[in-house]
Amino acid sequence: MVSNKNNKTKKSGSHDHNHPEPITYFKVAMALVALTALEVVVFYFEWLGYAIIPVMAILSIGKFGIVVMYYMHLKFDEKLLTYVFMSGLILAVVVIMWLMALFGWFN
Amino acid sequence: MSDETTTGIDNRKLLMWVFLGSDCMFFASLIGTYLIYKGTGNLDIGPVDVFDIPTTSVSTFVLLMSSMSMVFAYAYLVRNNINAFRIWMVSTIIMGATFLGFQVFEFSEFYFHYDLSPQTNLFGTTFYALTGTHGLHVTVGVVWLAIIFYSSLFRNSVSAETNLDLDLAALYWHFVDIVWIVIFAVVYLFGTFPGFPS
Amino acid sequence: MTSIPLKLPFKLNLSRPTNPTGVMDWITTIDHKKIGILYGVTAFIMFITGGIEALLIRTQLAGPELKIVAPDVYNQLFTMHATTMIFLGVMPLSAAFFNYIIPLQIGARDVAFPRLNAFSYWTFLFGALIMKSSWFLGGSPNAGWFGYAPITTTTFNPGNGIDFWIVGLQVLGIASLAASFNFIVTIINMRAPGLSFMRLPLFTWMTFITAILLVLAFPVITVALIELMLDRTFDFNFFNTKAGANPLLWQHLFWIFGHPEVYILILPAMGIVSEILPTFSKKPVFGYAAMVLAAAFIAFMGWLVWSHHMFTTGLGPIANSVFTITTMLIAVPTGVKMFNWLGTMWGGDIEFNTPVLFSVGFLSMFLIGGISGVMHSFSASDYQQQDTYFIVAHIHYVLFGGAIFAIFAGIYYWFPKFTGRMYDEKLGKQNFWLMFIGQNITFFPMHFVGMQGMPRRIFTYDSEMGWAFWNGVESFAAYVVAFGVLLFIINMIKSWISGPKADGDPWDGRTLEWSISSPPPVYNFLDVPKVESLDDFWHKKQKKNKSVKSKTNPKSIHLPQASYWPMLVSLGLAIAGYGIIYNLVVCGIGLAMVLVTVCAWSWEPVNEPDAH
Repeated sequence: MVSNKNNKTKKSGSHDHNHPEPITYFKVAMALVALTALEVVVFYFEWLGYAIIPVMAILSIGKFGIVVMYYMHLKFDEKLLTYVFMSGLILAVVVIMWLMALFGWFN
Repeated sequence: MSDETTTGIDNRKLLMWVFLGSDCMFFASLIGTYLIYKGTGNLDIGPVDVFDIPTTSVSTFVLLMSSMSMVFAYAYLVRNNINAFRIWMVSTIIMGATFLGFQVFEFSEFYFHYDLSPQTNLFGTTFYALTGTHGLHVTVGVVWLAIIFYSSLFRNSVSAETNLDLDLAALYWHFVDIVWIVIFAVVYLFGTFPGFPS
Repeated sequence: MTSIPLKLPFKLNLSRPTNPTGVMDWITTIDHKKIGILYGVTAFIMFITGGIEALLIRTQLAGPELKIVAPDVYNQLFTMHATTMIFLGVMPLSAAFFNYIIPLQIGARDVAFPRLNAFSYWTFLFGALIMKSSWFLGGSPNAGWFGYAPITTTTFNPGNGIDFWIVGLQVLGIASLAASFNFIVTIINMRAPGLSFMRLPLFTWMTFITAILLVLAFPVITVALIELMLDRTFDFNFFNTKAGANPLLWQHLFWIFGHPEVYILILPAMGIVSEILPTFSKKPVFGYAAMVLAAAFIAFMGWLVWSHHMFTTGLGPIANSVFTITTMLIAVPTGVKMFNWLGTMWGGDIEFNTPVLFSVGFLSMFLIGGISGVMHSFSASDYQQQDTYFIVAHIHYVLFGGAIFAIFAGIYYWFPKFTGRMYDEKLGKQNFWLMFIGQNITFFPMHFVGMQGMPRRIFTYDSEMGWAFWNGVESFAAYVVAFGVLLFIINMIKSWISGPKADGDPWDGRTLEWSISSPPPVYNFLDVPKVESLDDFWHKKQKKNKSVKSKTNPKSIHLPQASYWPMLVSLGLAIAGYGIIYNLVVCGIGLAMVLVTVCAWSWEPVNEPDAH
């Protein structure tokens, strides 16, 4: 018969342990500051031309990912929450990209 | 009602994440509208004319730091250090309010100095709507945190056992922060990057 | 029996309702069964008002050059008819089933957030009242249920009607979102032990997928409505073509929401039919896993097809081809479901009572609507059919012959569970045949006049067009449908008051809701059931285990207590909504009320600590 994965992962009140120490939070903040500073520095590299888009995208996705994984502690939580959030996020990106393509944005 | 859930995840936490997934779609539509209208309509005044990247970098920095302050508040609450929790809460609220102050300053600068209103052109319309909606989200976050802070002072209803109450507000707060990360790059930096061939 | 006054930062002491009775009970209830009944009755009344609007439309079109309603009233009628049927009829009728049935099918005592559930009902009610009050406050919306901008901007539509539409839809959207968040969490987190996802009843599965679609689709329409509201109230330029706005933006945003919305309407109906057919064919559903996967695939593909509503707007051959292909692909999983329903009935010992008749009616009508849907999924062919009565025929086959037939089937099927009484089978069958014959004579000729070129949304037509005969027939048959619905109402009222008593399991049911008494006790299950397989209740009946008398004392079961706050938050939203239309100060007052009541709500414990 069908297996039942969800019922095996029974743990309750898991939101107060397995969180990192404040020092980790501080390191994460420093990484965010560094990435933001890098964004602003890269901004003045005019010679990058259109290459700025992937560079900036990588930096922003990096910041985004760090906040979601550490500050919003998805890295330490049940995977289901990641799936829930990512399905909304990915669908949003795909649909809006397609919409922009229909408006000739990438031509 | 039993407290055990089928998956072991607290109901409210799951609700919050479903909401955030849904909110992705909300902001994606707004950002999509902004991008679709970028460079169309009346171009007499646009991002290059009004944005001041150093100022906005500072306000972005403040919002990032408020996220750090938020996780500290949460970490101290979990460790039942209520006083440290209150200090970090105040600092988070002040930084959130500072970010809003920057936004008010920015809007009034654009409006009075550059004569850019939502009625001026499509850039004005989409810019004010997108950043204004984000600002409203920040305002809701500040009010939410302020109510929790008030509860901790006068209602004694905030403690390590009820840390989930704060965790939910914190998730919302960080989400508002990551939306700003996207807006900062897409609207501000791409909007004024001098290297794009014209 | 204690009631603790709520401590608020100012003087406002509303004691918590303890054991309220009468009207107060219904206002403060957070019991999912009572909320389900509230949802169902309210939505059915709205369905009737939408039906009256439809009859007025059909009466006006009964003959050429009739002047029964004025052209501008006609515009309001077709707009309100569609808006009512979609947002105030089919969606909340489905929500009524979600509310009543889902916790019972998953073996839960209530939904995950009972007060949020009450909030969603009250918000729906106020949204419906805002929308409908436009008839008495200077005119209803008149730009179609899709409200294409720029025709909905103040330049072309200066009256208040569109504002009512915008605000009404926003409030209804909040209601639907609140309900969907609730049901997603409920279905993930409140399942009985052993009830894994692949053992869920199909109706629960369809609800789950519908709720996911809804929380992802409604934010898009919310953004579009906010943009339109900013345009109308504060002169923004989103849809102002003079400022260079693109008139296609609204259409895209609307249909990115609008196509998933179509599946939000039909998936619950498919779920209802998937419950009824196995029960009365006395066979398990054919291809359970395929049914689930097909629905998931339909839901996913629903995001990639929206522009097939816009083939004639000049998107270009590449976009039109892509959307043609993605749209045609949806016919595959839909066909899988259709064959599975047939496979379920094949060789079954079928009992043709009213729910089965309506379900079979659903299959046949939905099939016809599906085939005409495939016809205009082909963009070249759609150029001929766009905006004609052919499309009207298609949507009524899938929404009336489809969704409404399934909802009627569901009401008959679960009527004994809702009320503890049996409906009148003879009246039910008469009701079915009148509606089935009436609907076919009403909507089938629309294919013909549509192919002859009769456009949608015209208030009358010339006698020389040659559309008069079929239009006359359609209008007559519309009254036959109305008469069928009247029999339904008589049946419901009569049976609810004086029908013969029904026991807990009148149909030899397969799912958990039939394992408890009818109507269910307030706590639903004395002991939370343990599930070992798909159709667990039916398998356990076959083993003929003598059910052990439960030793649980009903009084020891903690249930969440009634609350005023959900209704008051909704009231605040309604005040804010009217404020947007008339006066922004009132809007501020409404929002302040929302803030205060939300605080009071969050500070109110789910259960008072010393009230048992």
